[in-house]
Amino acid sequence: MIQAVNIVPLFVVVALGGAFIVSLLGKRIKAFPDIMGSLTTFVLFGLSLLAIRLVNVYDVLVYSVGAWKPPIGIAMVIDGFTSFMLVTVNLVAFLIAVYSISYMRQFTSKWKFYTLFLLMVAGMNGVVITGDIFNLFVFLEIASVASYALVAFGTERHELEAAFKYAVMGTVGSLFVLIGIVFLYGYTSTLNMADMAMVFAQKPTSNLVLLVSVLFLMGFGLKAALVPFHAWLPDAHPSAPAPISAMLSGVLIKSLGVYALCRIFYNVIGLHHNLSGILMFLGTLSMVIGVFLAIGQWDFKRLLAYHSISQIGYVILGIGLGTPLGILGGLFHLFNHSIFKSLLFLNSGAVEYATGTRDLQKMGGLKERMPVTAGTNLIASMSIAGIPPFNGFWSKLIIIVAAVQAGFYGHAFWAVLASIMTLASFMKVTKYAFFGRLKDKLNNVKEVPFSMKLSMIVLACICVAGGVLFFSAINQAFLQKASGVLSGGLSYASEVLSALQQ
Amino acid sequence: MGSKSKNEQGMTLIVKTITRLTVGLILLYGIYILSHGHVSPGGGFAGGVIIALSFIHLMLAYGKEVALKRLPKGVTSFFESMGAIIFLSIALLGFTGGYFFLNFISKGEPFRLFSAGIIPILNIAISLKVGAGLFAIFVALVLLKLFPPEDD
Amino acid sequence: MIIYLLCLLLFSLGIYCVLRKRNIIKIIVGIIISEYAVNLFFILVAYRKGGRSPIFSPDSAILNMVDALPQAVVLTSIVIGLATTALLIAIAMRIYGKHRTFDITRINELNG
Repeated sequence: MIQAVNIVPLFVVVALGGAFIVSLLGKRIKAFPDIMGSLTTFVLFGLSLLAIRLVNVYDVLVYSVGAWKPPIGIAMVIDGFTSFMLVTVNLVAFLIAVYSISYMRQFTSKWKFYTLFLLMVAGMNGVVITGDIFNLFVFLEIASVASYALVAFGTERHELEAAFKYAVMGTVGSLFVLIGIVFLYGYTSTLNMADMAMVFAQKPTSNLVLLVSVLFLMGFGLKAALVPFHAWLPDAHPSAPAPISAMLSGVLIKSLGVYALCRIFYNVIGLHHNLSGILMFLGTLSMVIGVFLAIGQWDFKRLLAYHSISQIGYVILGIGLGTPLGILGGLFHLFNHSIFKSLLFLNSGAVEYATGTRDLQKMGGLKERMPVTAGTNLIASMSIAGIPPFNGFWSKLIIIVAAVQAGFYGHAFWAVLASIMTLASFMKVTKYAFFGRLKDKLNNVKEVPFSMKLSMIVLACICVAGGVLFFSAINQAFLQKASGVLSGGLSYASEVLSALQQ
Repeated sequence: MGSKSKNEQGMTLIVKTITRLTVGLILLYGIYILSHGHVSPGGGFAGGVIIALSFIHLMLAYGKEVALKRLPKGVTSFFESMGAIIFLSIALLGFTGGYFFLNFISKGEPFRLFSAGIIPILNIAISLKVGAGLFAIFVALVLLKLFPPEDD
Repeated sequence: MIIYLLCLLLFSLGIYCVLRKRNIIKIIVGIIISEYAVNLFFILVAYRKGGRSPIFSPDSAILNMVDALPQAVVLTSIVIGLATTALLIAIAMRIYGKHRTFDITRINELNG
């Protein structure tokens, strides 16, 4: 047994331990929650970089919890897709934890915030890392419950209403996931995902698989905010405190929604071409409807929330194509979106912190007073709109090229159109908020504190570097592995089971 | 929620007397369920719930002052965090045998009270977490001041 | 078969309650009902004809037990349900404190 495999449970343990220690000591020691929050997420980020290195050496790491061999015991699996998601989640979580040091000074009980935040990170890491389908449900619920509470963190009228709406819809979505798991267990009589895939490969397809697919599509689609199930997102994301909006939009909808959807449809059930068509249709629908709803918004964060729906549409379209190039594009866009959307939400938080408003019509000329925020916001806007040197351009280009190669010209057309609309709506943001004449009321606005500036600048640097990185060796280690796992399909089962034998 | 001062003093003499007689038994029963969790149905969660119910029972009969004097809020949240941390550190101690969550204590003979390795200890940790957590939820909902609306 | 259909009926009843009722507390009750319907269904899936409860004891042999795994799993799901319900009720009470009503049509200020 290789020693490297011992890293696997640490992703959950470190985050959970951090959360409980903060809840125990955070009330008594004043600066403790800040330090602990940043430190924990930094350690997690370091571990996830290590995981990428290990995946390059060993391909698949399988950990059997408590020395119970899967499929009897719970398995934890790190493969290319998992390590990719781990880096995305923990990188964004670390930068947001740094940002929160200054931002959360407005709120009273910081330790509650950090406890819930770390619980949410633990839940997301758990969803990504687990190889057992019920365990996935448990971690999904940990992350979801923590996020319901975080949306209601301000306990004002709007926050409470949004949190209630989000909690009710999220719970119903989780119930559909649970029913799907019940059917899968009844059909395959195992809960281990690799074992389940083996059973699916051997048994003939039945109508039950179709039913389970629909249930999972509803459940995880609701978590991922695909269009018919998106109604909670435009309320919940703007109502949360800005770091949490960034966390929800940046990584939560991806790790709970997109990751779980892809893992189950590609590696466990096996992708049927009908299902691929449905995914592409939903992706295109989200892409177009999201951007059309976004363009008329005047609330900064609400506009960004609608863009999240639209960009998730791109990811689902790319992955739904099912060709290796499409999956690569979809995953690259997933990473890019989590970077620039978190940055945009952090920008909106910085503007709100400095001016006290989220209404674009009340802003204007902020680039004179807040140069760092304006600069990073410009970079992020150009990334999301797909202007050439930035990362968003490359991923959108790959998705569109993949759609054309696969012969879906209609989908490619809508993708280009949505991209143009995105550009238009972000030109509106930049013009109204940062350019133009400085309003008199905003004369004594100051730039935000250091820790907020730091994390915004780092995210902006990743936006710029993302496009360059795509052509380097990092691409090989980072993206190709991840898309290889998805396009490998049901061979996931044999890889996991053979890794157990070592 | 509606009645004010009467609720503070608790219920009638009959209820108080019965409560005084039964609350200890309920607590004992909870501890029994918890400690025999690994040899019979029950375990940390069920035991923790019954332990929490004994305190909630006290609060319903005598009013919140008496119950909170027995088990103050700070102590509750301390026990809750401690339960989680004990659980996690026992799981981590499994690394001494090479595996997370490894049952590293001798498992003993089946159907005895002292058997099954770490499982009774984990049950105790879970019952701390669940008992304190459930009581804390109840207290938080009871003490939540709705009028006038304010944050705690 | 009929027992699965009754389970489905219970689930649909809960979902109907979530979708149609205007009172926040009734919505929460609807969620709880449909959650318990799913839990019940999971237990029923594991049932074996004439099976007995999966408890080891020194005096009886292991014969024809029902599947024990779903029972353990449903216990976890019940705990999750407890956490969700407690959170929903806390939010509902806060909403009542702000709006003085449980009627969702009078609370609706956001238009998502």
